[in-house]
Amino acid sequence: MNFTILPFVMVVLLITMGLYTVLFKRNLIKMIMGVAIIQNGVNLFLVSLAYRDGYAAPIWTSAPSSDMVLPTPHALTLTSIVIGVATTALMLSFVIMLKRHYGTVDSNETRRCRE
Amino acid sequence: MRKVFAMLALLVIFAFLLLAVAELRGEDGGFGEPVHTAMDDYFLQDSQSHNQANNVVTAILFDYRGLDTLGEATVLFSAVSGVLTVLRKVKPVKRGGKE
Amino acid sequence: MNWKMSRVVRTVTDIMVVPIIVYGIYLIIHGHLTPGGGFQGGAVIASSTALLIVSYGSFRDYKKDFSSMESLGLTLFILLAIFGILLGATMFHNFGAGTGGLFGGTVPEGINPGYVNTGGTIPMMNIMVGLEVAAALSLILWMMAKASDSMEVEA
Repeated sequence: MNFTILPFVMVVLLITMGLYTVLFKRNLIKMIMGVAIIQNGVNLFLVSLAYRDGYAAPIWTSAPSSDMVLPTPHALTLTSIVIGVATTALMLSFVIMLKRHYGTVDSNETRRCRE
Repeated sequence: MRKVFAMLALLVIFAFLLLAVAELRGEDGGFGEPVHTAMDDYFLQDSQSHNQANNVVTAILFDYRGLDTLGEATVLFSAVSGVLTVLRKVKPVKRGGKE
Repeated sequence: MNWKMSRVVRTVTDIMVVPIIVYGIYLIIHGHLTPGGGFQGGAVIASSTALLIVSYGSFRDYKKDFSSMESLGLTLFILLAIFGILLGATMFHNFGAGTGGLFGGTVPEGINPGYVNTGGTIPMMNIMVGLEVAAALSLILWMMAKASDSMEVEA
């Protein structure tokens, strides 16, 4: 049996788990965890796109061989990770503000727009 | 009722993603056999003579795709500005009306 | 921030903070040779700030220092990028590679053991970005610790 599709299936599972968490959980912290799981799924997808079977990491310092995997998706994954950290920090600070204002982190309670 | 609709939408997205992933196999860009590698081969071959750097990923980040890194640093800066704005000390203001 | 952990935790923190920062600096200045770079090294340095906040709780107001450090890193990064235009090439042109100046050595083609004095502008940009990321993540952690401390904790 051919298992070469397995990493992409894991990506689909991660993204679906994250979407489930965002859709069905009412705690805002858990929703942010869902967004982080989606980010990790996308990062895993980018890294799996770069993989070549039996090749080395794209760094010439004491490399085991001169056949290397694709370097561009790795660079873009680094960019994606840092942007994920920044957006997660911003979302968490919004949750801190909501907790100050409403006294709860339940997404049903924070929906009303009055004082 | 709303939960049922949300569950249905989730299942549709899951099936769509699975179908999209099932196309990715073999020579068509499957795991271990990526497509369109001419640019990456260029980076791998020439980054040492262009940049005198061993780490090809860092050479891409800071030379070939430097504007991406600049945008990333700007996003981090804006996020920090947002955090500082949201979490600043707010003096309680007395409003008219109740309380 | 008015908690403080036990003396054991504080002593281990005092011992461990320096190696963590040194490891972060190592990751930053060897970014063009080994896995690592400005972002990863900056994150490692910011983790030492997290350790200090968790164990000591209260320390001085470093907001202005972190803020100016972050702005300095980003400004120097952009200036270094624009310097390529002033030399008649494109933005982010690697004007320092192979010139023999600072980080201006040449690498032999192919697999080599790695030399620190190579890379042109890449190590300089790694240092700038490392400065910026370390300050930014430390600032985020510090602000969140201060903000969550002022809330009432339900018993």
